[in-house]
Amino acid sequence: MTPVTLLGLDPVAGVLLIPVCAAVVLALLPGYRLTARLNVLASLGSFLCAVSLLILPRPAPGAYLLVDDLNIVFIVLNTFVGFTTSLFSASYIAHELETGKLTPAYLRFYHAMYQTMMFGMNLAFVSNNIGLMWVAVELATLTTVLMVGIYRTPAALEAAWKYFILGSVGIAFALFGTILVYVAARPVVGEGAGGMIWTELVAKAGGFDAPLLNVAFVFLFLGYGTKVGLAPLHAWLPDAHAEGPTPISAVLSGLLLNVALFALLRFKVLLAANADAIAPGTLMIVLGLLSLLFAGFMLYRRRDIKRLFAYSSIEHMGIIVVAFGIGGPLANFAGLLHMVMHSLTKSAIFFAVGHITQIKGTQSLAKIRGLTETHPVLGWGLVAGVAAIAGLPPFGVFTSEFLLITSTFAREPWLALLLVFGVLVAFGALTLRLTGIAFGRPRGSRAPAQASYVPMFAHLTLVLIAGVYLPPPLVAWFQHVAKLLG
Amino acid sequence: MHGLAFDISHSLAGGLVLVSFMMLYQDRLTSLLNVFALHALMLAAAVAWQAFIQDAPHLYVTAAIALIFKAIIIPVALRRIVYKLGIHREVETVVGIGMTMLAGMGLVALSLALMLRVTADADALAREDLAFALSVVLLGLLFMVTRRNAVSQVVGFMSLENGLILAAAGAKGMPLVVEISVAFSVLIAFIVIGIVLFRIRERFDSVDVSQLDVSRGERS
Repeated sequence: MTPVTLLGLDPVAGVLLIPVCAAVVLALLPGYRLTARLNVLASLGSFLCAVSLLILPRPAPGAYLLVDDLNIVFIVLNTFVGFTTSLFSASYIAHELETGKLTPAYLRFYHAMYQTMMFGMNLAFVSNNIGLMWVAVELATLTTVLMVGIYRTPAALEAAWKYFILGSVGIAFALFGTILVYVAARPVVGEGAGGMIWTELVAKAGGFDAPLLNVAFVFLFLGYGTKVGLAPLHAWLPDAHAEGPTPISAVLSGLLLNVALFALLRFKVLLAANADAIAPGTLMIVLGLLSLLFAGFMLYRRRDIKRLFAYSSIEHMGIIVVAFGIGGPLANFAGLLHMVMHSLTKSAIFFAVGHITQIKGTQSLAKIRGLTETHPVLGWGLVAGVAAIAGLPPFGVFTSEFLLITSTFAREPWLALLLVFGVLVAFGALTLRLTGIAFGRPRGSRAPAQASYVPMFAHLTLVLIAGVYLPPPLVAWFQHVAKLLG
Repeated sequence: MHGLAFDISHSLAGGLVLVSFMMLYQDRLTSLLNVFALHALMLAAAVAWQAFIQDAPHLYVTAAIALIFKAIIIPVALRRIVYKLGIHREVETVVGIGMTMLAGMGLVALSLALMLRVTADADALAREDLAFALSVVLLGLLFMVTRRNAVSQVVGFMSLENGLILAAAGAKGMPLVVEISVAFSVLIAFIVIGIVLFRIRERFDSVDVSQLDVSRGERS
């Protein structure tokens, strides 16, 4: 018990309780100006709590909650993007209300769901209990299903339905895997609650029944992998990104995929602690590469701007999964860095895309042209974002991809070649599309943008800084976490 | 352990697999709902028996939830929806019933071969339970992919969840938190589906999911 927890100001509680309370309040309050501001305020509060976790002494791991070096990176990133997205959402939603796409009643629902989703994601990160983590991931999924369907157009309903069915199947597999982990742990850890506490499981994983643990991991990988958006299981992802409100696309790509990935990493660490279990790396590398290559080629066939960037998310999740699959301090470092960079860049892109689609009134790539001429700030912002996500220097994505590829070359040259090929394929597709969007002959509305540029440029600046100069303490931190991941 | 207790739990879990097979060949929604109620009933019995032999009173709660919520409330509610929508006559199957049954048998064989092999060291009760539970999960999945109607997909999903609860009940001493959460998540899932269904009906005048395929953002 630290003095801080005695005062009831435990930052972990803040990260969890602020979104819950905010969700209740936001569900009750009318009026968009007030609620949008409250939403921002609540998100800021969670972010500050998360940052204070970095400074304050950490509570000892409990039966349900845990703060360790691994999840704190995810929590801070999650609450930060949650905060900037709430800023973007405030200006985005104002426009949706004006055009009548959302009614005030739905807006209340939207804000309540936004905070519930943040709660689910934060809970998944801080949970020390694999059952609780599963519940949290499921909660986050269900809230996003509701938000994807919020416009109630046929396309939005189809997307929500598809997301729901595929997400549920994934989540069912994840639960079966979780049960199997418990069954494998029971002879060693003993019956009861202990068999689900992650720290206990890792400490005693050496004695678990290895074949059972292997099967459990396959189920967990398929289950949570569906939510990461890995290639054969990705079908829900583009639709869900394209048909929901754009702030939700931003958090889906930037955050929810990370949550599922985090769950996978937790179980990967568990498997690594057992000498007889399979190395999960191969499975991760195969599916990761498949996602990268598949999404890279599919990028060429996209005609919808939000789907384009959704496929780009599949591609990058593929890269990250390959990085963690290869393992070792350097590749894990690259994976972690790439994950952070992807979250920041992709949400910045979706912020720009959100305003662009509102101005132009369409998501069709053919109808969005010459943005740098009609809307220079948005247009160049998008150019910068796409340049960053395509892996051009001096942005941070370049750093992480470069790190990954060089470290892979040293160990598995053919794998590095495939990686380079995939990245180049995606790069080609993105540049091809970008030239039309940004530099073509202007088409569509020239109405001035009522946009908030702060979140977008804040993210891009961070990505740029990370590409040019990574502060040594941050590097040391990432190296430490990379070692933990094995 | 290989006494009467084992035999009864074995036959109850096996019965659940059998009812899963029965669901596969139902071609009318109303009879499908009846079979699903039977499915939930079997689950309640299997879980209650586990509660008895494991001496784990909290499992009775899970059994009661299965009995009241899944065997009674949901089938009744879905039946009302089905009649209201006027789709109580037929379920169209995508693949022929013969093929579906064969595929189902293959899946059961697969799950038995897999689970019995990897759980060689676990106690016999847990082994059999896990193997049957995986069969129910896979059959539920098969049911979901062979149906196009939104209501039958929901039923398929719930039968899949039943398999998960069977597995959780079979894992001796698994914390209560998880069982309640499973039951609770089913409730949430149902609410979600209810909302989704409601909206689908509102917009399409049909719950046939194949109609949804018409509206793909990229074709416009």
